[in-house]
Amino acid sequence: MSTESSVDFALAIRAHALRMVHRANASHIGTSLSMADLLAVLYSHVLRVDPERPDWPDRDRFILSKGHGAAILYAVLAERGFFPVKWLDTYCQDGSRLAGHITSHGVPGVEVSTGSLGHGLPIGCGMALAGKREGRPYRVFVMLSDGELDEGSNWEAILFAPQHRLDNLVAIVDYNKIQSFGTVKEVLELEPLVDKWRAFRWAVREIDGHDHKQIESALTSAPFEPGKPSVIVAHTIKGEGVSFMENQLAWHYKSPNAEQLKQALAELGLNK
Amino acid sequence: MRTAFIETLCELAEQDERIWLLTGDLGYSVLERFASRFPRRFVNMGVAEQNMTGVAAGLALSGKVVFTYSIANFPTLRCLEQIRNDVCYHNLNVKIVAVGGGFAYGTQGMTHHATEDLAIMRALPNMVVVAPGDPVETRLATRAIVNYPGPCYLRLGKAGEPVVHQTPPAFTIGKAITVREGNSVTLISTGGMLDNVIQAAELLEQQRIQARVLSMHTLKPLDSEAVLAAARETGSIVTVEEHSVVGGLGSAVSETLSKVMSKGIHFRSLGMSDRFADIGSQECSRRSYRLTPQGISSAVQDML
Repeated sequence: MSTESSVDFALAIRAHALRMVHRANASHIGTSLSMADLLAVLYSHVLRVDPERPDWPDRDRFILSKGHGAAILYAVLAERGFFPVKWLDTYCQDGSRLAGHITSHGVPGVEVSTGSLGHGLPIGCGMALAGKREGRPYRVFVMLSDGELDEGSNWEAILFAPQHRLDNLVAIVDYNKIQSFGTVKEVLELEPLVDKWRAFRWAVREIDGHDHKQIESALTSAPFEPGKPSVIVAHTIKGEGVSFMENQLAWHYKSPNAEQLKQALAELGLNK
Repeated sequence: MRTAFIETLCELAEQDERIWLLTGDLGYSVLERFASRFPRRFVNMGVAEQNMTGVAAGLALSGKVVFTYSIANFPTLRCLEQIRNDVCYHNLNVKIVAVGGGFAYGTQGMTHHATEDLAIMRALPNMVVVAPGDPVETRLATRAIVNYPGPCYLRLGKAGEPVVHQTPPAFTIGKAITVREGNSVTLISTGGMLDNVIQAAELLEQQRIQARVLSMHTLKPLDSEAVLAAARETGSIVTVEEHSVVGGLGSAVSETLSKVMSKGIHFRSLGMSDRFADIGSQECSRRSYRLTPQGISSAVQDML
């Protein structure tokens, strides 16, 4: 498959996410946009999943540990045919299945519900351990936020994965450098982040998280070293693709009004 | 109790390949027999209970029946949110085992007193809470929770608990065991208090008080039929638990009573008041909080 198809896909899911948070007057658009390209490549070229068989035992697992980025993952799954695109209209509405933090109940394609940070990587380790010890072919991908790495539970899992040689596990850090109430630098600096993972015995790749070629190359070459878990530190821009949202803490919270939505879609070249 | 547990788990694991055991770096001289027989289904997770519980959830999502094992509050309170979100919300086949319920590690200090665990585990949706009364019930409970598809908390004592049941009783999750018949008062026991409660009933008999004794090995779902029958037939209920009086057996029984009736029913909940326990052996703490046979029987007499 060409990179072009994932570029188009990234545009489509960004547009869905913008419309969804606008409609629901919901938060967290910045985090959806920062990982849009990572998800687009994952679901275009990397994950072995089948919308017809969401419970296929040997499917690759994807865990969204930064559960507040739910809108864009729902958009991905709907576009990939796991459930009707029409469902996206119900995002964050009363009685909906599509909660503001990713929820698996009744939503095909979502492996696990998260929302409280620091839960996804331990669960991913469990899935990877089961696969490893039973010689199953699936891989486990876990998307982490940078702010989430403040949680100690992640570091328990980061110690654990290399101990058990979980080279079927790939962590991706959506490193947009802005967390909930400030920049990572101001709140709890993670640097030197690559060195930290390396010191914990992971094989590390550092990429531009908006460059589809780099993303695809990294994701498809995991495990980077046999016998080691892999981590992709993806440098991203919070709010990427919409000029007035980029690198703005406020867009962790704000929802675009009708005028802002129009402008955002226009910037993406999708002003319909 | 812990020996009864691990022996039973080994027997079950022989038949059932889904069974895994994770420990938070505890279980010296107890877990080795599982680890050596089933090395591919055993993991020492290190001193990392949050990760242990998350990994258990991931394994359960891959079709395993996963036991997590540690002592006192470590497998429960330390990783409470992993239990709530990862295990209970997804209704997973994870069985949490705590050794050292109540004051079993009494002289080790407050960190090792499990005196709120029943209340906290009981509050979680989908969680089954089991606290067997003796080693015989422990064996039966271990089997029962493997057969139950969903989250369970198994609260054990430690070692050396007296055997109460000379022959194995019928054991069903959510069904109290009537250990002793009586019609003047019902003593409801949970966990390792059972032996003391039976001794209290014997003391009461000397006072011509015929006490029914129920081993309420399952706190959730509570056997409300047995509680209501006790209320109807004996008119007086006393609950006994090695736990805070907040949120445990006494609370569960009073919740059941309050739903239907309470008129004319005498009810008293025995346990530790809302506080941290003093440093002292299990025996010493049981004396302090009047959970000895004498303490229980005099509390019953005061009430009647």
